[in-house]
Amino acid sequence: MTAWLDSAALILLIGLAAWVVLGRNTFAAVAGFIAYGMLLGLVWVELQGIDVAMTEAAIGGGLTGALMIGAARRLKSAAPVAPATAGTLVIAIGVGAAMAAILAACVLALPNPAPSLASLVAGNIAATGVQNPITAVLLAFRSMDTLLEAVVLLLALIAVWSLAPDAEWPGRIGVPQTANPNGILAYIARVLPPIGLVIGFYIFWAGADQPGGKFQAATILAAMWLLIISAGLGKTPPVSSRWLRAGLIAGPIGFILVGAYGVASTGAFLGLPAAYAKPLIVTIEIALLPTLTLILALLIPPPLRKRAEA
Amino acid sequence: MTGATLHGLAAAILIGLGVFGLIAHASPLRKILAFNIVGSGVFLLAGALARRGAEAGFGGDPVLHAILITGIVVAFSATAMATAMLLRLRSVTDRTTLAETPPRHDADPPA
Repeated sequence: MTAWLDSAALILLIGLAAWVVLGRNTFAAVAGFIAYGMLLGLVWVELQGIDVAMTEAAIGGGLTGALMIGAARRLKSAAPVAPATAGTLVIAIGVGAAMAAILAACVLALPNPAPSLASLVAGNIAATGVQNPITAVLLAFRSMDTLLEAVVLLLALIAVWSLAPDAEWPGRIGVPQTANPNGILAYIARVLPPIGLVIGFYIFWAGADQPGGKFQAATILAAMWLLIISAGLGKTPPVSSRWLRAGLIAGPIGFILVGAYGVASTGAFLGLPAAYAKPLIVTIEIALLPTLTLILALLIPPPLRKRAEA
Repeated sequence: MTGATLHGLAAAILIGLGVFGLIAHASPLRKILAFNIVGSGVFLLAGALARRGAEAGFGGDPVLHAILITGIVVAFSATAMATAMLLRLRSVTDRTTLAETPPRHDADPPA
């Protein structure tokens, strides 16, 4: 029964990917991409990666989808691009098929038994005080990756801000939106955020011992904030705002301070003394949550000025 | 054939499809979409490897899963940056292609 469900989901997934790649209409391709992200989340559940499934559905499908819809809407009036020549198509088919064939051959030739670090994690997880192995890896065993990831996100936001036109700098990124205060968007933007806040903070807190964590929680909180902004009930903060900038660096700074404490207490950067491992991990997560929420929301292109269409 | 192998083969097809789209499409937005399909295929391939490494009571190798979560977030930030560059290119040059010669504006719009 499961094998069957697996195959059906995978066939549907490949069909959706083909739709995204081959479809003529950009907007339809973007819609297909969102469905693809959601289905990919289900496939991750089948692969026993619940944490990855939540991240894929929230960020890979939802947030990237929102980003692409915004971009497709802005580019709708752009001049059409010349279609690919027959030569390009032949090269594309050849390279794509060769790549798929080589990878498939590699998959079939994988060694048995598969190498795995799962036993090492299981043997040492007790020292971290958390029970979710993913959280233990992200914030204890390989915390340097997570620190650098937070820095990469910050650099991406700085790069996106650097592309703002001179005339808009340093103002609010994006224009305030207006929506019908009695419309369905404004209604949802009033009703949903309290529920979203509770769910977001629950996923954040549960992440120590169960699937969940700061990335998934930050995405939900960012989505609630974007909903409020797009309904015109709130504004994006000016980029010069002090609280905004403090929130953006809180995560990396908090992480580095905990790392420095590790040098003093255990002799290694980001080392966690076993007695305080759990409180330190929670400290890092609390510092990262506002940073991740702000960055994920601000990376979405700001809404357009409302034209005659509405 | 185990479930993990099946997922690995599907990932190979997704990567192939994405690479095709990356080369075949002239529109940068479609290239970004195709590149995201390649990325998700690579993640799925790693997911199949993680599933094969299931032991010690875990359903998959948690180290790979954690790296995948990091990867998904970083892929999103790269996508956001590519999109911002594309939108800026449009607002500065009114073009949405990286081709050497500007597209003809008198060309017929697609049906």
